Amino acid sequence: MSNPHLLVHEKKDTVGVVVVEGLKAGTDMLGVVTHDNSDFRLTAKMDIPIGHKVALQDIKAGDTIWKYGQDIGKAVADVKQGEHLHVHNAKTKRW
Amino acid sequence: MSIVANFDLVKGDLDAIKGREIAAPEFKVPMIKRPSGSALDAFMGWRRENGRVGVRNHVVLLPLDDLSNAACEAVANNVKGTLAIPHAYGRLQFGEDLEVHFRTLIGTGSNPNVAAVVVIGIEEGWTKRVVDGIAKTGKPVVGFGIEGHGDIATIAKASYVAKEFLQWATELPREQCGIEDLWISTKCGESDTTTGLSSCPTVGNMYDKWIPRGVYGVFGETSEITGAEHLCKARAATPEVGERWYKMWKAYQDDVIEAHKTDDLSDSQPTKGNIAGGLTTIEEKALGNLEKIGRECKFIDILEPAEAPKSGPGLYYMDTSSAAAECVTLMAAGGYVIHTFPTGQGNVIGNPIVPVIKITGNPKTMRTMPEHIDVDVSGILRRDMTIPEAGDALIQNIVRTANGRLTAAEALGHREFSMTKLYRSA
Repeated sequence: MSNPHLLVHEKKDTVGVVVVEGLKAGTDMLGVVTHDNSDFRLTAKMDIPIGHKVALQDIKAGDTIWKYGQDIGKAVADVKQGEHLHVHNAKTKRW
Repeated sequence: MSIVANFDLVKGDLDAIKGREIAAPEFKVPMIKRPSGSALDAFMGWRRENGRVGVRNHVVLLPLDDLSNAACEAVANNVKGTLAIPHAYGRLQFGEDLEVHFRTLIGTGSNPNVAAVVVIGIEEGWTKRVVDGIAKTGKPVVGFGIEGHGDIATIAKASYVAKEFLQWATELPREQCGIEDLWISTKCGESDTTTGLSSCPTVGNMYDKWIPRGVYGVFGETSEITGAEHLCKARAATPEVGERWYKMWKAYQDDVIEAHKTDDLSDSQPTKGNIAGGLTTIEEKALGNLEKIGRECKFIDILEPAEAPKSGPGLYYMDTSSAAAECVTLMAAGGYVIHTFPTGQGNVIGNPIVPVIKITGNPKTMRTMPEHIDVDVSGILRRDMTIPEAGDALIQNIVRTANGRLTAAEALGHREFSMTKLYRSA
């Protein structure tokens, strides 16, 4: 398998992590789910830095975000599949 | 040896020096000969008077308080090869805050990576308390009070003793020890999403392989379990330990975070560095953090800050801050002799007495600051290295470090030593 652009922890997750530098909008990304080594393709809608997250599906404001198969917070704005998800559109449910 | 030629080759070209290919392979050092057994089952360490094994052999000048830093540093300057450990506190502390201070100093002096200790304090009462605490290990320790003598006379007396200790310590032989003699702590820093994918599970894999063989482990960072507390509680060895853990975690939430917060901590936890690295929430950070305890390990007991484990070999939880230097200082004071430190964005931390092994899976960090990294596991993100392979690479580095190889942090002079303060002094 060629090197993935995107890694996802669990099948249930709604976000994945970009693992290559300089990812450009329009890239046909190879994604791998580390839990079962399954792979998929997804088009990046934005330039996204290494280590940052991509929405794997459309996420609505208020939706829980899933990573590691766990609740990692909520969206505070709508996020489309393939878009960058970070502090500008997601937030903790704690504190 | 062709070292001179190789240095000529890289001189002057900073980018070339930073290149990964020059970082190590040209400077192969013959490994220490081990008498028998597998290379990864044994190492050459110093067995101390109390039976504990150290992987370093420091003679330490330990100040009781901030006022005594200058005298300790002067002694270290007089006697080459000794190590002063200056710090910020030690005056007018009281209650549990004072207990943490004493535990940290006594634990630091008692750590088996330390051969002998000279304690200097502004007065003799509390100085004696630290000396008596360290003396329980059986190692050489002497204390001096400055009041009534002045810095210069104190430095002179302490320097004579430090010189004797140093010459004695440098003649102590190493002996073959088994990996079950290792106490290995962990805490991650400048985390990002790559730590949860690669460097933290690497440490977890090492613990899964070595805890069953009798190694002592410890993890902590109480604020940074928030969002994964249900998973952490479930990793306690018994429901009773889990309940005690949850009570400790909840007390921190209520008494510290809720009592003192001015916002949702979104500038502090996650840190600015975490956010730059792609981490968005404390829950996400916590889930990555917890990858450090692997898949199988259960923690058998909970330690107060700087407390030494008393329940035998296994994994422990220590109630610590998530600030790197404070946490590693407390774990070293608990008696741990090697620290494994996953980093994403490139934390540069070291410790005066404990080698801090830094592991990263972030290829950008590996490209921009490789001199700080001991174990490169960026292959995990490319899917050309598995987590078990990364765990084996870490194990190999731990054994080499135990045998005397300096970590990147030691080579670069990182000696961060930070006292934990529970509240304001009187």
